[in-house]
Amino acid sequence: MRGLFLHTASSVLALSPELKTAGPERAAERGGYRLGLRAVTPLLPAVVAFGVSFGVLAQAAGMGAEASIAMSLTTFAGSAQFAVVSVLGAGGTAVAAIGAAVLLNARYGPMALAAAPAFRGGRLRRLLEAQLLVDESWALSRREGGFDRRVLLGAGAGLYVGWSGGTAIGVVAGDSLADPATLGLDAAFPALFLALLAPLLKNRDALAAAVLGAGIAICLTPITPAGVPVIAATAATLVGLRRPAAAASPSYLGRSPAAQDQGDERAPSTEEARA
Amino acid sequence: MSAAWVAVLVVGAATVALKAAGPVLAGERDLPLQGSRVVDLLAPALLAALVASQAFSTDEALVLDERAAGLLAGGVAILLKAPLLVVVVVAAATAALLRLVA
Repeated sequence: MRGLFLHTASSVLALSPELKTAGPERAAERGGYRLGLRAVTPLLPAVVAFGVSFGVLAQAAGMGAEASIAMSLTTFAGSAQFAVVSVLGAGGTAVAAIGAAVLLNARYGPMALAAAPAFRGGRLRRLLEAQLLVDESWALSRREGGFDRRVLLGAGAGLYVGWSGGTAIGVVAGDSLADPATLGLDAAFPALFLALLAPLLKNRDALAAAVLGAGIAICLTPITPAGVPVIAATAATLVGLRRPAAAASPSYLGRSPAAQDQGDERAPSTEEARA
Repeated sequence: MSAAWVAVLVVGAATVALKAAGPVLAGERDLPLQGSRVVDLLAPALLAALVASQAFSTDEALVLDERAAGLLAGGVAILLKAPLLVVVVVAAATAALLRLVA
């Protein structure tokens, strides 16, 4: 079964437009997209597998093939989509399903605002490009002082194709396919986020924000609706409002000029992010 | 219209709006910079919360299952400076093996 997923993931790579773009003047740009796609490749088997299981569960819940695939193409956020399926599958109303899913996706508000200065062009282009922002592409494209737009788009495109393609496979193939949990793929995502978190923990504020963020998420999990714990964890960033001790933020000293260009001047405050 | 389509359309529209609001509205404009330290801390806070919720929760309950063991094994791989692919594979394989013997 894993062979199938790996095969699917390599087909996804072969289909990606970034790898076919022509023109030497685009080489640097293409390199950035490809960097994002390469960064996300280790995750694609798991993403495709969860897309498959979303398709299978959505069919079982009676959502219908078109609605299931349309949801992966438009919402493109795993946890919210699984929430909709589980509410509707248990006989819940559309309102309950919508409420759960919107809460789960509310974290994209502050995440997209943090990445906002990285996007380019007119409003429509920014709107469309921002749709490729999901947890994994956001985390992989984060650089000191900002976000790398091409890495975000390259990684996001790979995730988008893998997730939607997996959904279509699940809708068509049904429950003849294995549960991704059997393959341990549900353990891949927390490990990924831990691997991306580890290098950030190089000063006291970052460590405090991480410990506090995880603590808030754990404490709120049993007492709030799903989705609230992760949004509430953004409150941990308020440790950054403490008067900085001289040694508190060494990350500001080692910043490259390029990173400074798109860095602090445009960065929004958390109050706005949560407004 | 079926409940499924209503949910698909409303959740889709809300998600598009949530992702686009910052990049479209705040876009190229200069924003007050006093929050920049706070924004720098958004990544560690959110990533740690994602680790916690994806490893230790199912729906609205705290659970300790094979994912925790996978995360631990992945953490050891991170300490040993393993590449991302190795970290992810080690975590998944650990959880899968434990489920196989359970």
